[in-house]
Amino acid sequence: MKKFKYIIIGNSAGAIGGVQGIRKVDQASEILIITSEPWETYSRPLISYWLQGKVKREKMHYRDPSFYKENNCRIRYNTSVEKINPQDQTMALADGEIIGYEKLLVATGSIPFVPPIKGLPKNLKESKSIFTFTTLADAIGVKKGLTNDARVVILGAGLIGLKAAEAMVNQCQSVTVVDLADRVLPSVLEDKSSDIVKKHLETQAVDFMLETSITEIRDKEVLLSNGKSLPYEILILAVGTKPQCTLIQEARGDIGRGIVTDHHQETTLKNIYAAGDCTQSLDISSETQKNLAILPNAFLQGEVAGMNMAGEEAVYDQAFPLNSVGFMGLYILSAGTYDGVAYETQTPEQYKKIFIKDNVLKGYIIIGDCMRGGIYTDLIREQTDLSTIDLKMLITSPQIMAFNQSSRKEKLAQSH
Amino acid sequence: MKRVYVNEEWCLGCHLCEIQCAFANSGEADMVKAFNNSEQKPLARITVEDGENDIHFAVSCRHCETPYCVKGCITGALTVNENGIVQIDDTRCVGCRTCILMCPYGCLTVGHNKTLLKCELCVENLGGEPSCVRRCPNNAIVFEDRDGGLL
Repeated sequence: MKKFKYIIIGNSAGAIGGVQGIRKVDQASEILIITSEPWETYSRPLISYWLQGKVKREKMHYRDPSFYKENNCRIRYNTSVEKINPQDQTMALADGEIIGYEKLLVATGSIPFVPPIKGLPKNLKESKSIFTFTTLADAIGVKKGLTNDARVVILGAGLIGLKAAEAMVNQCQSVTVVDLADRVLPSVLEDKSSDIVKKHLETQAVDFMLETSITEIRDKEVLLSNGKSLPYEILILAVGTKPQCTLIQEARGDIGRGIVTDHHQETTLKNIYAAGDCTQSLDISSETQKNLAILPNAFLQGEVAGMNMAGEEAVYDQAFPLNSVGFMGLYILSAGTYDGVAYETQTPEQYKKIFIKDNVLKGYIIIGDCMRGGIYTDLIREQTDLSTIDLKMLITSPQIMAFNQSSRKEKLAQSH
Repeated sequence: MKRVYVNEEWCLGCHLCEIQCAFANSGEADMVKAFNNSEQKPLARITVEDGENDIHFAVSCRHCETPYCVKGCITGALTVNENGIVQIDDTRCVGCRTCILMCPYGCLTVGHNKTLLKCELCVENLGGEPSCVRRCPNNAIVFEDRDGGLL
Protein backbone atom coordinates (compact mmCIF):
# COMPACT_ATOMS: atom_id res chain seq x y z
CA MET A 1 0.00 0.00 0.00
CA LYS A 2 1.24 3.43 -0.94
CA LYS A 3 1.31 5.91 1.87
CA PHE A 4 1.47 9.69 1.68
CA LYS A 5 2.16 12.27 4.34
CA TYR A 6 -0.46 14.57 2.81
CA ILE A 7 -3.44 13.74 0.65
CA ILE A 8 -5.91 16.32 -0.61
CA ILE A 9 -9.23 15.30 -2.12
CA GLY A 10 -10.30 18.05 -4.50
CA ASN A 11 -8.42 20.39 -6.80
CA SER A 12 -10.11 23.76 -6.51
CA ALA A 13 -9.72 26.79 -4.20
CA GLY A 14 -9.85 24.87 -0.89
CA ALA A 15 -7.38 22.27 -2.14
CA ILE A 16 -4.97 24.83 -3.59
CA GLY A 17 -5.18 26.79 -0.34
CA GLY A 18 -4.27 23.51 1.36
CA VAL A 19 -1.17 23.07 -0.77
CA GLN A 20 -0.06 26.65 -0.11
CA GLY A 21 -0.74 26.27 3.62
CA ILE A 22 1.30 23.06 3.83
CA ARG A 23 4.16 24.67 1.90
CA LYS A 24 4.36 27.56 4.36
CA VAL A 25 5.52 25.02 6.90
CA ASP A 26 6.79 21.91 5.09
CA GLN A 27 8.56 22.50 1.79
CA ALA A 28 9.66 18.92 1.29
CA SER A 29 7.04 16.20 1.72
CA GLU A 30 5.11 15.16 -1.34
CA ILE A 31 1.41 16.04 -1.55
CA LEU A 32 -1.02 13.78 -3.39
CA ILE A 33 -4.01 15.55 -4.95
CA ILE A 34 -6.95 13.41 -6.00
CA THR A 35 -9.51 14.94 -8.34
CA SER A 36 -12.50 13.45 -10.08
CA GLU A 37 -12.05 15.95 -12.91
CA PRO A 38 -9.63 15.62 -15.85
CA TRP A 39 -8.23 19.17 -15.61
CA GLU A 40 -5.51 21.06 -13.85
CA THR A 41 -6.91 23.45 -11.25
CA TYR A 42 -9.19 26.02 -12.83
CA SER A 43 -11.28 28.87 -11.51
CA ARG A 44 -14.87 27.67 -11.30
CA PRO A 45 -16.38 31.15 -11.39
CA LEU A 46 -14.69 31.61 -14.76
CA ILE A 47 -16.88 29.03 -16.50
CA SER A 48 -19.46 31.73 -17.24
CA TYR A 49 -16.74 34.08 -18.54
CA TRP A 50 -15.48 31.29 -20.81
CA LEU A 51 -18.99 30.52 -22.05
CA GLN A 52 -19.44 34.21 -22.77
CA GLY A 53 -16.19 34.25 -24.74
CA LYS A 54 -14.50 36.73 -22.41
CA VAL A 55 -11.82 34.35 -21.14
CA LYS A 56 -9.85 31.80 -23.12
CA ARG A 57 -9.54 28.25 -21.86
CA GLU A 58 -5.81 28.63 -21.16
CA LYS A 59 -6.55 31.66 -18.94
CA MET A 60 -8.96 29.72 -16.76
CA HIS A 61 -6.23 28.11 -14.72
CA TYR A 62 -6.45 29.08 -11.05
CA ARG A 63 -2.69 28.59 -10.64
CA ASP A 64 0.10 28.51 -13.19
CA PRO A 65 0.58 25.10 -14.82
CA SER A 66 3.97 24.90 -13.07
CA PHE A 67 2.24 25.05 -9.67
CA TYR A 68 2.11 21.29 -9.07
CA LYS A 69 5.73 20.73 -9.94
CA GLU A 70 6.94 23.73 -7.96
CA ASN A 71 5.01 22.53 -4.94
CA ASN A 72 5.98 18.86 -5.28
CA CYS A 73 2.41 17.73 -5.83
CA ARG A 74 1.51 14.46 -7.46
CA ILE A 75 -1.92 14.58 -9.01
CA ARG A 76 -4.37 11.85 -9.95
CA TYR A 77 -7.02 12.99 -12.39
CA ASN A 78 -10.37 11.29 -13.09
CA THR A 79 -10.15 9.56 -9.74
CA SER A 80 -12.94 9.25 -7.22
CA VAL A 81 -12.51 8.30 -3.58
CA GLU A 82 -14.99 5.62 -2.51
CA LYS A 83 -14.42 5.46 1.20
CA ILE A 84 -12.26 6.87 3.97
CA ASN A 85 -11.22 4.63 6.87
CA PRO A 86 -10.16 7.01 9.64
CA GLN A 87 -9.19 4.16 12.00
CA ASP A 88 -6.30 2.92 9.87
CA GLN A 89 -5.86 6.23 8.01
CA THR A 90 -6.49 4.79 4.58
CA MET A 91 -8.86 5.41 1.73
CA ALA A 92 -10.26 3.27 -1.04
CA LEU A 93 -10.25 4.67 -4.56
CA ALA A 94 -12.93 3.85 -7.11
CA ASP A 95 -10.56 1.50 -8.94
CA GLY A 96 -10.09 -0.52 -5.77
CA GLU A 97 -6.66 0.76 -4.80
CA ILE A 98 -6.09 1.43 -1.11
CA ILE A 99 -3.77 4.28 -0.13
CA GLY A 100 -2.71 5.58 3.25
CA TYR A 101 -2.41 9.10 4.58
CA GLU A 102 -0.93 10.78 7.60
CA LYS A 103 -2.96 13.98 7.14
CA LEU A 104 -5.95 14.28 4.86
CA LEU A 105 -7.70 17.38 3.54
CA VAL A 106 -11.22 16.95 2.22
CA ALA A 107 -11.95 19.79 -0.20
CA THR A 108 -14.70 18.12 -2.17
CA GLY A 109 -16.71 21.29 -2.75
CA SER A 110 -20.40 21.39 -3.45
CA ILE A 111 -22.63 19.76 -6.00
CA PRO A 112 -25.69 21.24 -7.67
CA PHE A 113 -28.95 20.65 -5.90
CA VAL A 114 -31.32 19.25 -8.50
CA PRO A 115 -34.93 19.39 -7.35
CA PRO A 116 -37.16 16.42 -8.10
CA ILE A 117 -39.17 17.61 -11.09
CA LYS A 118 -41.45 15.40 -13.12
CA GLY A 119 -39.78 14.40 -16.38
CA LEU A 120 -36.23 15.02 -15.20
CA PRO A 121 -33.89 12.68 -17.12
CA LYS A 122 -32.28 9.98 -15.00
CA ASN A 123 -28.76 10.73 -16.11
CA LEU A 124 -28.36 14.49 -16.45
CA LYS A 125 -24.72 14.13 -17.48
CA GLU A 126 -25.78 12.48 -20.74
CA SER A 127 -28.36 15.11 -21.63
CA LYS A 128 -27.61 17.37 -24.58
CA SER A 129 -30.15 20.00 -23.55
CA ILE A 130 -30.47 19.97 -19.74
CA PHE A 131 -27.54 21.04 -17.60
CA THR A 132 -26.38 22.14 -14.22
CA PHE A 133 -23.77 24.90 -14.27
CA THR A 134 -20.95 24.53 -11.78
CA THR A 135 -18.11 22.79 -13.61
CA LEU A 136 -16.10 23.23 -16.78
CA ALA A 137 -17.66 20.03 -18.12
CA ASP A 138 -21.11 21.63 -17.62
CA ALA A 139 -20.02 24.75 -19.50
CA ILE A 140 -18.56 22.71 -22.37
CA GLY A 141 -21.87 20.85 -22.66
CA VAL A 142 -23.87 24.07 -22.71
CA LYS A 143 -21.59 25.62 -25.32
CA LYS A 144 -22.15 22.69 -27.67
CA GLY A 145 -25.88 23.30 -27.65
CA LEU A 146 -25.74 27.09 -27.73
CA THR A 147 -26.83 28.44 -31.11
CA ASN A 148 -28.11 31.85 -32.18
CA ASP A 149 -31.67 30.58 -32.32
CA ALA A 150 -31.55 28.63 -29.06
CA ARG A 151 -34.14 29.46 -26.46
CA VAL A 152 -32.61 29.21 -22.99
CA VAL A 153 -34.56 28.62 -19.80
CA ILE A 154 -32.75 28.94 -16.48
CA LEU A 155 -34.30 27.63 -13.29
CA GLY A 156 -32.87 29.70 -10.44
CA ALA A 157 -32.22 33.45 -10.18
CA GLY A 158 -29.24 33.06 -7.84
CA LEU A 159 -25.62 33.88 -8.64
CA ILE A 160 -25.10 30.79 -10.79
CA GLY A 161 -28.32 31.24 -12.75
CA LEU A 162 -27.75 34.92 -13.41
CA LYS A 163 -24.10 34.49 -14.42
CA ALA A 164 -25.26 31.81 -16.85
CA ALA A 165 -27.90 34.22 -18.18
CA GLU A 166 -25.31 36.97 -18.65
CA ALA A 167 -23.00 34.57 -20.48
CA MET A 168 -25.63 33.43 -22.94
CA VAL A 169 -28.02 36.32 -23.54
CA ASN A 170 -26.06 37.76 -26.45
CA GLN A 171 -25.45 34.39 -28.07
CA CYS A 172 -28.96 32.99 -28.32
CA GLN A 173 -32.52 33.90 -29.17
CA SER A 174 -33.87 34.33 -25.64
CA VAL A 175 -33.07 33.79 -21.98
CA THR A 176 -35.85 33.33 -19.45
CA VAL A 177 -35.03 32.96 -15.77
CA VAL A 178 -37.62 31.17 -13.64
CA ASP A 179 -37.52 31.29 -9.85
CA LEU A 180 -39.93 30.48 -7.07
CA ALA A 181 -38.69 33.50 -5.07
CA ASP A 182 -40.25 36.92 -5.60
CA ARG A 183 -36.90 38.56 -6.39
CA VAL A 184 -33.56 37.88 -8.05
CA LEU A 185 -30.49 36.92 -5.99
CA PRO A 186 -32.78 36.16 -3.04
CA SER A 187 -29.96 34.92 -0.82
CA VAL A 188 -27.67 37.90 -1.56
CA LEU A 189 -29.92 40.95 -1.88
CA GLU A 190 -33.03 42.52 -0.37
CA ASP A 191 -36.12 43.84 -2.13
CA LYS A 192 -34.87 47.19 -3.40
CA SER A 193 -31.34 46.15 -4.36
CA SER A 194 -32.72 43.04 -6.01
CA ASP A 195 -35.10 45.14 -8.05
CA ILE A 196 -32.24 47.32 -9.34
CA VAL A 197 -30.39 44.24 -10.58
CA LYS A 198 -33.51 42.73 -12.12
CA LYS A 199 -34.35 45.93 -14.00
CA HIS A 200 -30.78 46.18 -15.28
CA LEU A 201 -30.84 42.61 -16.56
CA GLU A 202 -34.23 43.19 -18.18
CA THR A 203 -32.81 46.10 -20.16
CA GLN A 204 -30.18 43.63 -21.38
CA ALA A 205 -32.92 41.33 -22.69
CA VAL A 206 -33.02 38.78 -19.86
CA ASP A 207 -36.65 37.83 -19.11
CA PHE A 208 -37.84 36.83 -15.66
CA MET A 209 -40.72 34.71 -14.43
CA LEU A 210 -40.61 35.04 -10.65
CA GLU A 211 -42.84 33.36 -8.07
CA THR A 212 -43.00 30.57 -10.60
CA SER A 213 -41.71 27.02 -10.61
CA ILE A 214 -41.21 24.35 -13.24
CA THR A 215 -43.72 21.57 -12.68
CA GLU A 216 -42.71 19.27 -15.51
CA ILE A 217 -39.81 18.94 -17.91
CA ARG A 218 -40.72 17.69 -21.37
CA ASP A 219 -38.65 17.28 -24.48
CA LYS A 220 -38.01 20.91 -25.61
CA GLU A 221 -40.62 22.37 -23.26
CA VAL A 222 -41.15 23.03 -19.56
CA LEU A 223 -44.52 23.38 -17.87
CA LEU A 224 -44.83 26.10 -15.25
CA SER A 225 -46.77 26.44 -12.00
CA ASN A 226 -48.76 29.32 -13.51
CA GLY A 227 -50.21 27.03 -16.16
CA LYS A 228 -48.03 28.37 -18.95
CA SER A 229 -45.23 26.60 -20.73
CA LEU A 230 -41.84 27.66 -22.09
CA PRO A 231 -40.06 26.10 -25.05
CA TYR A 232 -36.35 25.49 -24.65
CA GLU A 233 -33.35 24.18 -26.48
CA ILE A 234 -31.18 24.63 -23.38
CA LEU A 235 -32.44 24.23 -19.82
CA ILE A 236 -30.12 25.15 -16.95
CA LEU A 237 -30.94 23.90 -13.47
CA ALA A 238 -29.37 26.37 -11.03
CA VAL A 239 -31.54 26.09 -7.96
CA GLY A 240 -28.62 25.92 -5.57
CA THR A 241 -25.74 23.79 -4.39
CA LYS A 242 -25.26 21.41 -1.51
CA PRO A 243 -22.04 20.55 0.30
CA GLN A 244 -20.46 17.31 -0.79
CA CYS A 245 -19.95 15.63 2.58
CA THR A 246 -20.67 11.96 1.81
CA LEU A 247 -17.12 10.69 2.45
CA ILE A 248 -16.98 12.24 5.92
CA GLN A 249 -20.57 11.30 6.71
CA GLU A 250 -19.92 7.65 5.86
CA ALA A 251 -16.74 7.74 7.94
CA ARG A 252 -18.97 8.94 10.80
CA GLY A 253 -17.64 12.46 11.02
CA ASP A 254 -20.03 15.16 12.22
CA ILE A 255 -22.12 16.92 9.58
CA GLY A 256 -24.15 20.07 10.15
CA ARG A 257 -24.73 22.49 7.32
CA GLY A 258 -21.64 20.93 5.83
CA ILE A 259 -18.68 19.08 7.30
CA VAL A 260 -18.17 20.23 10.89
CA THR A 261 -14.65 21.45 11.70
CA ASP A 262 -12.94 23.24 14.55
CA HIS A 263 -11.03 26.53 14.16
CA HIS A 264 -8.07 24.55 12.83
CA GLN A 265 -10.29 23.16 10.06
CA GLU A 266 -9.95 19.68 11.56
CA THR A 267 -13.07 17.55 11.30
CA THR A 268 -14.33 15.46 14.19
CA LEU A 269 -12.20 12.66 12.71
CA LYS A 270 -8.57 12.81 13.82
CA ASN A 271 -6.04 13.83 11.14
CA ILE A 272 -8.81 14.65 8.67
CA TYR A 273 -9.30 18.31 7.77
CA ALA A 274 -11.89 19.94 5.55
CA ALA A 275 -12.08 23.25 3.68
CA GLY A 276 -14.29 25.08 1.24
CA ASP A 277 -17.82 24.61 -0.01
CA CYS A 278 -18.15 21.17 1.65
CA THR A 279 -17.82 22.62 5.16
CA GLN A 280 -19.93 24.37 7.73
CA SER A 281 -18.62 27.77 8.86
CA LEU A 282 -19.47 29.97 11.80
CA ASP A 283 -20.66 33.24 10.26
CA ILE A 284 -19.27 35.86 12.66
CA SER A 285 -21.70 38.51 11.39
CA SER A 286 -24.79 36.54 12.43
CA GLU A 287 -23.20 34.09 14.88
CA THR A 288 -24.89 31.20 13.13
CA GLN A 289 -23.55 28.09 11.42
CA LYS A 290 -23.76 28.29 7.65
CA ASN A 291 -22.57 26.65 4.48
CA LEU A 292 -20.61 29.53 2.94
CA ALA A 293 -19.96 28.34 -0.59
CA ILE A 294 -17.72 31.22 -1.65
CA LEU A 295 -14.25 31.13 -3.10
CA PRO A 296 -12.34 33.40 -0.67
CA ASN A 297 -13.67 31.37 2.24
CA ALA A 298 -12.53 28.14 0.57
CA PHE A 299 -8.99 29.37 0.00
CA LEU A 300 -8.63 30.83 3.50
CA GLN A 301 -9.91 27.64 5.13
CA GLY A 302 -7.69 25.50 2.94
CA GLU A 303 -4.62 27.51 3.84
CA VAL A 304 -5.32 27.23 7.57
CA ALA A 305 -6.02 23.50 7.21
CA GLY A 306 -2.74 23.01 5.36
CA MET A 307 -0.69 24.85 7.97
CA ASN A 308 -2.20 22.76 10.76
CA MET A 309 -1.68 19.56 8.77
CA ALA A 310 2.00 20.45 8.50
CA GLY A 311 2.27 21.05 12.22
CA GLU A 312 1.96 24.80 12.64
CA GLU A 313 -1.03 26.03 14.57
CA ALA A 314 -3.23 28.37 12.57
CA VAL A 315 -6.80 29.48 13.20
CA TYR A 316 -9.60 30.50 10.88
CA ASP A 317 -12.38 32.23 12.76
CA GLN A 318 -13.40 35.11 10.51
CA ALA A 319 -15.89 33.58 8.12
CA PHE A 320 -18.87 35.56 6.88
CA PRO A 321 -20.82 35.87 3.63
CA LEU A 322 -18.98 37.81 0.92
CA ASN A 323 -19.94 38.40 -2.68
CA SER A 324 -18.62 40.45 -5.53
CA VAL A 325 -20.38 39.95 -8.79
CA GLY A 326 -21.04 41.91 -11.95
CA PHE A 327 -23.78 41.54 -14.54
CA MET A 328 -23.23 43.31 -17.82
CA GLY A 329 -21.52 46.35 -16.36
CA LEU A 330 -23.47 46.53 -13.10
CA TYR A 331 -21.39 45.55 -10.09
CA ILE A 332 -22.58 44.33 -6.71
CA LEU A 333 -20.63 44.00 -3.49
CA SER A 334 -22.25 42.46 -0.47
CA ALA A 335 -21.01 41.19 2.86
CA GLY A 336 -22.18 40.05 6.26
CA THR A 337 -25.68 39.96 7.62
CA TYR A 338 -28.51 42.38 6.97
CA ASP A 339 -29.42 42.94 10.59
CA GLY A 340 -29.62 46.09 12.71
CA VAL A 341 -30.20 49.74 11.90
CA ALA A 342 -30.08 50.29 8.15
CA TYR A 343 -28.57 53.34 6.46
CA GLU A 344 -29.66 53.51 2.87
CA THR A 345 -28.50 55.95 0.19
CA GLN A 346 -29.12 56.14 -3.50
CA THR A 347 -27.53 58.27 -6.23
CA PRO A 348 -27.54 57.74 -9.99
CA GLU A 349 -24.13 56.02 -9.64
CA GLN A 350 -24.72 53.95 -6.56
CA TYR A 351 -27.17 52.21 -4.28
CA LYS A 352 -25.88 51.48 -0.80
CA LYS A 353 -27.28 50.00 2.38
CA ILE A 354 -25.27 49.54 5.56
CA PHE A 355 -26.39 47.62 8.64
CA ILE A 356 -25.16 48.52 12.11
CA LYS A 357 -26.05 46.66 15.30
CA ASP A 358 -24.59 46.97 18.79
CA ASN A 359 -22.08 49.50 17.43
CA VAL A 360 -20.65 46.99 14.95
CA LEU A 361 -20.98 46.98 11.17
CA LYS A 362 -22.90 43.78 10.43
CA GLY A 363 -23.39 43.91 6.70
CA TYR A 364 -23.66 46.00 3.57
CA ILE A 365 -24.85 46.01 -0.01
CA ILE A 366 -23.35 48.27 -2.67
CA ILE A 367 -24.57 48.35 -6.25
CA GLY A 368 -22.81 50.44 -8.86
CA ASP A 369 -19.74 52.41 -7.76
CA CYS A 370 -18.13 49.98 -5.34
CA MET A 371 -14.73 51.62 -4.95
CA ARG A 372 -13.03 50.96 -1.61
CA GLY A 373 -15.91 48.78 -0.38
CA GLY A 374 -13.38 46.49 1.34
CA ILE A 375 -12.97 49.12 4.06
CA TYR A 376 -16.52 48.17 5.12
CA THR A 377 -15.71 44.47 4.77
CA ASP A 378 -12.80 44.84 7.16
CA LEU A 379 -15.03 46.43 9.81
CA ILE A 380 -17.21 43.31 9.65
CA ARG A 381 -14.17 41.01 9.64
CA GLU A 382 -12.59 42.68 12.66
CA GLN A 383 -15.94 43.40 14.36
CA THR A 384 -14.56 46.88 14.96
CA ASP A 385 -16.19 48.97 17.68
CA LEU A 386 -17.65 51.89 15.75
CA SER A 387 -17.67 54.25 18.74
CA THR A 388 -14.20 55.53 17.77
CA ILE A 389 -15.19 56.01 14.14
CA ASP A 390 -16.84 59.00 12.48
CA LEU A 391 -20.05 57.30 11.50
CA LYS A 392 -21.34 60.06 9.27
CA MET A 393 -18.16 60.00 7.25
CA LEU A 394 -18.16 56.23 7.11
CA ILE A 395 -21.73 56.06 5.85
CA THR A 396 -21.00 58.70 3.21
CA SER A 397 -18.23 56.61 1.69
CA PRO A 398 -15.71 53.99 2.78
CA GLN A 399 -12.60 55.96 3.78
CA ILE A 400 -9.64 55.76 6.12
CA MET A 401 -10.38 59.36 7.22
CA ALA A 402 -13.35 58.06 9.21
CA PHE A 403 -10.97 56.35 11.65
CA ASN A 404 -9.33 58.26 14.50
CA GLN A 405 -5.74 59.37 14.21
CA SER A 406 -4.15 56.48 16.06
CA SER A 407 -6.04 53.94 13.93
CA ARG A 408 -5.00 55.81 10.80
CA LYS A 409 -1.36 55.65 11.89
CA GLU A 410 -1.70 51.96 12.61
CA LYS A 411 -3.04 51.42 9.11
CA LEU A 412 -0.70 53.67 7.15
CA ALA A 413 2.48 54.05 9.16
CA GLN A 414 2.99 50.48 10.43
CA SER A 415 3.66 47.21 8.72
CA HIS A 416 0.96 44.58 8.95
CA MET B 1 10.45 44.38 3.60
CA LYS B 2 10.47 47.99 2.43
CA ARG B 3 6.99 49.44 2.09
CA VAL B 4 5.41 52.82 1.45
CA TYR B 5 4.52 54.59 4.70
CA VAL B 6 2.67 57.82 5.15
CA ASN B 7 3.00 60.60 7.71
CA GLU B 8 -0.23 62.57 7.71
CA GLU B 9 1.29 65.42 9.74
CA TRP B 10 3.59 66.17 6.83
CA CYS B 11 1.15 65.65 3.99
CA LEU B 12 0.28 68.94 2.29
CA GLY B 13 -2.62 67.50 0.34
CA CYS B 14 -1.02 68.55 -2.95
CA HIS B 15 -2.00 65.29 -4.71
CA LEU B 16 1.31 65.29 -6.59
CA CYS B 17 1.80 61.64 -5.64
CA GLU B 18 -1.35 60.76 -7.56
CA ILE B 19 -0.06 62.55 -10.63
CA GLN B 20 3.40 61.00 -10.35
CA CYS B 21 1.92 57.53 -9.79
CA ALA B 22 -0.29 57.82 -12.85
CA PHE B 23 2.62 59.11 -14.90
CA ALA B 24 5.02 56.39 -13.73
CA ASN B 25 2.47 53.75 -14.70
CA SER B 26 1.49 55.37 -18.00
CA GLY B 27 4.29 53.81 -20.01
CA GLU B 28 5.14 57.25 -21.39
CA ALA B 29 8.55 58.85 -20.88
CA ASP B 30 7.19 62.34 -21.25
CA MET B 31 4.67 63.73 -18.77
CA VAL B 32 3.04 66.04 -21.29
CA LYS B 33 2.53 63.12 -23.64
CA ALA B 34 1.19 60.96 -20.82
CA PHE B 35 -1.51 63.43 -19.82
CA ASN B 36 -2.10 65.35 -23.02
CA ASN B 37 -1.76 62.95 -25.86
CA SER B 38 -3.44 59.90 -24.54
CA GLU B 39 -7.14 59.40 -25.13
CA GLN B 40 -7.49 57.99 -21.69
CA LYS B 41 -5.87 59.82 -18.83
CA PRO B 42 -3.41 57.67 -16.92
CA LEU B 43 -4.81 56.45 -13.59
CA ALA B 44 -3.17 56.61 -10.17
CA ARG B 45 -2.78 53.64 -7.84
CA ILE B 46 -2.49 55.97 -4.85
CA THR B 47 -5.34 58.06 -3.44
CA VAL B 48 -5.07 61.16 -1.27
CA GLU B 49 -7.83 61.58 1.29
CA ASP B 50 -8.60 65.16 2.30
CA GLY B 51 -10.36 65.80 5.60
CA GLU B 52 -11.36 68.66 7.82
CA ASN B 53 -8.74 70.72 9.72
CA ASP B 54 -6.28 70.38 6.87
CA ILE B 55 -5.73 66.65 7.41
CA HIS B 56 -4.48 64.85 4.32
CA PHE B 57 -2.81 61.52 3.66
CA ALA B 58 -2.13 59.22 0.77
CA VAL B 59 -3.31 55.60 0.72
CA SER B 60 -1.76 52.92 -1.46
CA CYS B 61 -1.34 49.15 -1.26
CA ARG B 62 0.10 48.10 2.10
CA HIS B 63 1.56 44.88 0.65
CA CYS B 64 0.06 43.15 3.69
CA GLU B 65 1.49 40.10 5.40
CA THR B 66 -2.01 38.65 5.05
CA PRO B 67 -3.07 39.88 1.62
CA TYR B 68 -6.82 39.24 1.55
CA CYS B 69 -6.96 40.46 -2.04
CA VAL B 70 -4.60 37.66 -3.12
CA LYS B 71 -6.33 35.01 -1.04
CA GLY B 72 -9.75 36.01 -2.35
CA CYS B 73 -8.78 36.49 -6.01
CA ILE B 74 -10.97 34.15 -8.04
CA THR B 75 -8.61 33.78 -10.99
CA GLY B 76 -5.14 33.77 -9.46
CA ALA B 77 -4.31 37.10 -11.12
CA LEU B 78 -3.10 38.53 -7.81
CA THR B 79 0.08 37.02 -6.45
CA VAL B 80 2.82 37.80 -3.95
CA ASN B 81 6.24 37.85 -5.60
CA GLU B 82 9.47 36.58 -4.04
CA ASN B 83 10.09 40.01 -2.50
CA GLY B 84 6.69 40.19 -0.82
CA ILE B 85 5.24 42.60 -3.38
CA VAL B 86 1.58 42.03 -4.23
CA GLN B 87 1.27 42.11 -8.00
CA ILE B 88 -1.56 41.77 -10.49
CA ASP B 89 -1.42 40.04 -13.87
CA ASP B 90 -3.82 42.00 -16.04
CA THR B 91 -3.99 39.18 -18.58
CA ARG B 92 -5.65 37.02 -15.94
CA CYS B 93 -7.80 39.65 -14.19
CA VAL B 94 -11.45 39.55 -15.28
CA GLY B 95 -12.48 42.66 -13.36
CA CYS B 96 -14.77 40.82 -10.92
CA ARG B 97 -13.76 43.21 -8.09
CA THR B 98 -13.46 40.55 -5.41
CA CYS B 99 -10.16 42.26 -4.48
CA ILE B 100 -12.06 45.52 -3.89
CA LEU B 101 -14.39 43.54 -1.62
CA MET B 102 -11.43 42.04 0.26
CA CYS B 103 -8.97 44.96 0.64
CA PRO B 104 -9.15 46.59 4.11
CA TYR B 105 -7.61 49.83 2.84
CA GLY B 106 -9.45 50.45 -0.41
CA CYS B 107 -6.32 50.26 -2.53
CA LEU B 108 -7.54 48.84 -5.83
CA THR B 109 -8.71 50.89 -8.77
CA VAL B 110 -10.55 49.86 -11.91
CA GLY B 111 -8.48 50.53 -15.03
CA HIS B 112 -9.66 51.76 -18.41
CA ASN B 113 -9.81 48.20 -19.74
CA LYS B 114 -11.81 47.13 -16.64
CA THR B 115 -8.98 45.11 -15.13
CA LEU B 116 -7.84 46.19 -11.69
CA LEU B 117 -4.86 48.41 -10.97
CA LYS B 118 -2.77 48.49 -7.84
CA CYS B 119 0.54 49.78 -6.50
CA GLU B 120 3.40 47.42 -7.30
CA LEU B 121 5.99 49.70 -5.69
CA CYS B 122 7.07 50.78 -9.17
CA VAL B 123 8.91 47.50 -9.75
CA GLU B 124 7.20 47.02 -13.11
CA ASN B 125 8.00 50.49 -14.40
CA LEU B 126 10.85 52.65 -13.15
CA GLY B 127 12.25 50.35 -10.52
CA GLY B 128 14.04 51.54 -7.44
CA GLU B 129 12.20 53.94 -5.18
CA PRO B 130 8.49 54.30 -5.86
CA SER B 131 7.59 57.43 -7.77
CA CYS B 132 5.15 58.74 -5.15
CA VAL B 133 7.95 58.62 -2.58
CA ARG B 134 10.59 60.16 -4.81
CA ARG B 135 8.38 63.05 -5.87
CA CYS B 136 6.68 63.87 -2.55
CA PRO B 137 7.76 67.50 -1.88
CA ASN B 138 7.52 67.20 1.90
CA ASN B 139 8.72 63.64 2.62
CA ALA B 140 5.23 62.71 3.79
CA ILE B 141 5.55 59.43 1.90
CA VAL B 142 8.60 57.30 2.63
CA PHE B 143 9.89 53.91 1.53
CA GLU B 144 11.21 52.10 4.59
CA ASP B 145 11.47 48.76 6.33
CA ARG B 146 9.34 49.03 9.46
CA ASP B 147 8.73 45.32 9.98
CA GLY B 148 10.18 45.53 13.48
CA GLY B 149 7.49 48.03 14.49
CA LEU B 150 6.84 51.75 14.29
CA LEU B 151 10.07 53.73 14.28
